[in-house]
Amino acid sequence: MSDFLQHVINGLSAGTIYALVALGYTMVYGVLKLINFAHGDVMMMGTYVGYASALQFKQRGGFGMASVLAIFFLSMAACAAVGWLIERFAYRPLREKPKLTALITAIGISFAVSYGFQMDWGFLPGPNPRAFPEVIRRQPWLTLLDGEVTLWNWQVISFAVALGLMAGLQYLVFRTRFGRAMRAVSHDHRTAALLGIHTDRVIAVTFMLGSALAAGAGILFAIKDVKIEPLMGTQQGLKAFVAAVIGGIGNVPGAVVGAVLLGLVEEFVVGYTASSWRDAVAFGFLILVLLLRPEGLFGRVTAEKV
Amino acid sequence: MSGVGSAGSERPAELLLECQGLHVAYGAIQAVRGVSLSVRKGEVVALIGRNGAGKTSLLRAVSGMLRPADGRITLEGKDITGMPSHLLVARGMAHAPEGRGIFPNLTVEENLGLGAWLRTDADGVAADEAWVLSLFPRLKERWAAAAGTLSGGEQQMLAISRALMSRPRLLLLDEPSLGLAPQVIQLIFRILADVNGKGVSILLVEQNAHLALNLAGHAYVLETGEVAMEGAGKALLQSEDVRRAYLGE
Repeated sequence: MSDFLQHVINGLSAGTIYALVALGYTMVYGVLKLINFAHGDVMMMGTYVGYASALQFKQRGGFGMASVLAIFFLSMAACAAVGWLIERFAYRPLREKPKLTALITAIGISFAVSYGFQMDWGFLPGPNPRAFPEVIRRQPWLTLLDGEVTLWNWQVISFAVALGLMAGLQYLVFRTRFGRAMRAVSHDHRTAALLGIHTDRVIAVTFMLGSALAAGAGILFAIKDVKIEPLMGTQQGLKAFVAAVIGGIGNVPGAVVGAVLLGLVEEFVVGYTASSWRDAVAFGFLILVLLLRPEGLFGRVTAEKV
Repeated sequence: MSGVGSAGSERPAELLLECQGLHVAYGAIQAVRGVSLSVRKGEVVALIGRNGAGKTSLLRAVSGMLRPADGRITLEGKDITGMPSHLLVARGMAHAPEGRGIFPNLTVEENLGLGAWLRTDADGVAADEAWVLSLFPRLKERWAAAAGTLSGGEQQMLAISRALMSRPRLLLLDEPSLGLAPQVIQLIFRILADVNGKGVSILLVEQNAHLALNLAGHAYVLETGEVAMEGAGKALLQSEDVRRAYLGE
């Protein structure tokens, strides 16, 4: 019983971080019908920006509330800028070209970034893993069942940050003027343009939002796992993509549910069998969902236009 | 090209929209081949022709959805050739596209609101909303419904109303009668005449030549991407060629 509860806590905490990354995949897919394979690598870059700023704060005397917020803010802002650059210079010129062209480009950017970061030129971090500074001192937040189950403070913080960012996104998409434009562009960008909506701008801002969420997730991963490395984006990004597909790509609540499910499944596999099964089961779960519901758990069946 | 029935078909003098030698191509396929046409201020101009004659392509080129391969388009004397759609809305053009183009996941209210996307005059928007709802009271009843749940006729009403919410001077309509019941079509065309009476000029693409020619002051017949005939709507209705080819007589 205590094991089970501990796994649920760990699974939820990992799942909500996956959800932040999955949202970026699903938002970009929503407006562009493009799987942005570079998304995980944007997350990795955000993590390194967080790492660099954390080192600065550490030298200047440790971490307080303000410095932790600043680390999140700097890394999210940097990723928003990177997202804008990628969209503007890599994807926008290919907007009217066949979808495959943009997809290959996305894979190309992903490799360029994840392997480029392994160079040790100048500011680049090189191939070796680094340890993310302990920006939040780890301590139990709550112990249950005579100390057999622990809810850590960083899990609570990570959960709260992830939920807060998701609630903000939900508000933006369904309650604001910009969100209305986003939903219109996502359905049909040509018709949206006919109403006066500057669709290029909506797409660019969507990229920036998705990238900023990924940066937030990257910091949370770093707090959870401590180890960061240039290939982390490829691994975690692929998992988050799986989560988005399980939920139904293009569907915002679906991405969250898919990610939480994936987090729980992985945690249970690691907890009850061997950790080497984790990835196999994650992708097996994807195959299972796609066999039973090809459109994903929350996706709608859409007729492919010919 | 031949003109029909010059008597009693004086067009208004002031030009609103003019296309000169317009070519539109999809890859190697030429959809529109050297079309010149005009819409004068206050007119309803119809564009009739069979499927594949190039009507929709022409409309798309006018509203910036497609970049013409050649030719020139002017709106109120200013060159708008190749200008993107969202900038044309600010210049007084609204296009209710083929297939209605409503957003099925958004409510009727949200769809209409998007029609007024660029406007900042809240009072004017509210007044126009009241106006379109008086034209189509049915939309008021479906106010909070997702637009995808509306019937075809209601969706067409929504598409026209949404286009009107930008307070356009030129309204482009692509087959507003398509797939609708005869009573609904009559209602919609009666309202289009009202809208035109308010000073909105209309460029109407229709396969239903009878309807279109009755509403239009001036009309063009498109065949394989070229203007085959033009003239006053009523005059084309009387024309032998048009009657045989497009009115099934």
